[in-house]
Amino acid sequence: MPKAKVTFKDIDTTVNVPAGTRVIEVSEKVGSGIIYGCREGDCGTCMMEVLEGWNNLTEPSVLEEKVLKENMAGRHHRLACQCQVLGDLTVKPA
Amino acid sequence: MSAVAKDLTHSREAVELRPNLYWIGAMDPHLRSFDIILKTANGTTYNSYLVRGSEGVAVIDTVKESFQQEFFSRLEGVADYAEIRYIVLNHLEPDHSGALPELMRRAPQAQLYISVRATSMLKALLKPKQGAFDYTPVRDGDQLSLGDRTLRFLHTPFLHWPDTQCTYLVEEKALFSGDVFGCHYCDNRLFNDKVGDFRFSFDYYYAHIMRPFKKYVLAALKQIEPLPLTLVAPAHGPILRDRPRRYVARYRELSSPGFMAEMTEQERSLIIFYMSAYGSTARMAQAIYGGADEVDGVRVSLYDLEGGEVGPFVDLIEQADAIAFGSPTINGDAVKPIWDLLSSLAVINLSDKVGAAFGSYGWSGEAIRMIEDRLRGLKMRVPEGGMRVKLIPTEEELAECREFGRRIAGALVGEGESKGKVIEFEDL
Ligand code: FES
Ligand SMILES: [Fe+2]
Ligand SMILES: [Fe+2]
Repeated sequence: MPKAKVTFKDIDTTVNVPAGTRVIEVSEKVGSGIIYGCREGDCGTCMMEVLEGWNNLTEPSVLEEKVLKENMAGRHHRLACQCQVLGDLTVKPA
Repeated sequence: MSAVAKDLTHSREAVELRPNLYWIGAMDPHLRSFDIILKTANGTTYNSYLVRGSEGVAVIDTVKESFQQEFFSRLEGVADYAEIRYIVLNHLEPDHSGALPELMRRAPQAQLYISVRATSMLKALLKPKQGAFDYTPVRDGDQLSLGDRTLRFLHTPFLHWPDTQCTYLVEEKALFSGDVFGCHYCDNRLFNDKVGDFRFSFDYYYAHIMRPFKKYVLAALKQIEPLPLTLVAPAHGPILRDRPRRYVARYRELSSPGFMAEMTEQERSLIIFYMSAYGSTARMAQAIYGGADEVDGVRVSLYDLEGGEVGPFVDLIEQADAIAFGSPTINGDAVKPIWDLLSSLAVINLSDKVGAAFGSYGWSGEAIRMIEDRLRGLKMRVPEGGMRVKLIPTEEELAECREFGRRIAGALVGEGESKGKVIEFEDL
């Protein structure tokens, strides 16, 4: 399976993950400061900022787009509980 | 003798706070526990407020659904539904949004104002009752004019839900603070200078509802403290009209570390808790303690859970950087005092702390894994796999325990790990 490197800037830690992994599956285990609420793309709590590699995530779903908009997200903000990792990227809590 | 206060549990009149500013909430004197986790020794109130300006009426927060008749009766005493132009919800939990659907039905012209973070909750809370509501999401600093009066919104998220905000009535220097500065305390006399001694309830509410969000409390206080304030009107409990700043100051106090630790800024602290049946886990704890103590810049404390109580230990954990838990495995589980402590930690924020587990066992050692899972569930980081020893630890095993302690302490001062660390997903 192809691998990708996810770097959590806030704790300066990188994890080698199989492509398709959701950020939520990794961030809590390594102790990054991204926090979660509903865990299903509804509340917007898990917003994170993608510092590098923002094309290396799955496209936001209609639901994610909407929640991002409601939360006034910037262009490189995503919901950590929704997007899947496709290639290398660097993220931090928003 | 002073006049007896109006019996608000029976009367259905609004209470005037200022000219054209009323309390129209509900009394719930019989409630004994709130949201399962909170005790309410004399019930609670659901506070709702009505503000009349030269160009219309605003209702701020509503009440729990089962109390809506009481709320509507009070409202009807001071305004007609047709006059209501605005409804503001500071927080969408059902104890404050319960009467909203019916209020919107009776005042269909009213515009609903909620915080931007509340929009998704609105659907979730109200979907069974009614179709979509039209609403206006507001941001920090947005204002709403009632003609001669102005409502200003303060974005104060996570107190205690993502959606929470406060609303400030500029001309009256009055803050409608939602659950912030509230407490579960039901007293007919309604005002802080008249009710019984509610200090315990005030602190208790903070300890159970706000404490996990201290960081956000401090951020909110930064916005609230500079405001001129002559009235703080929370969503539960007494209305703070007499020296309201004292309650703001109390929040500052409760959110700041109390008794200062004997540590410098750079020092990190590690606390080791253990329970031991035959002394083996205790010996492991001693060895871990010894190893950790060799690391410069880390203050290590060792506690036998048998000799202490949960409450003060929770306070210690809140201030610590790392916590190690030692338990023997008995009947395939960690021992009860460990679980008692671990199940009491929901009131504090643990998300940037390091956790570790250790213990001795007879023929299986499940306790370690279980403790580690719980620590992860509490959002702690568990960088070191737990330390298990079968029955009585040998000299070599004690040496390993020392090494284990050294590594945990080392991780706190940035030795080895953390800086630019790379981990395999499978190892998590
Ligand atoms: S946790 Fe609620 S949207 Fe991701
Ligand atoms: Fe609440
Ligand atoms: Fe509440």
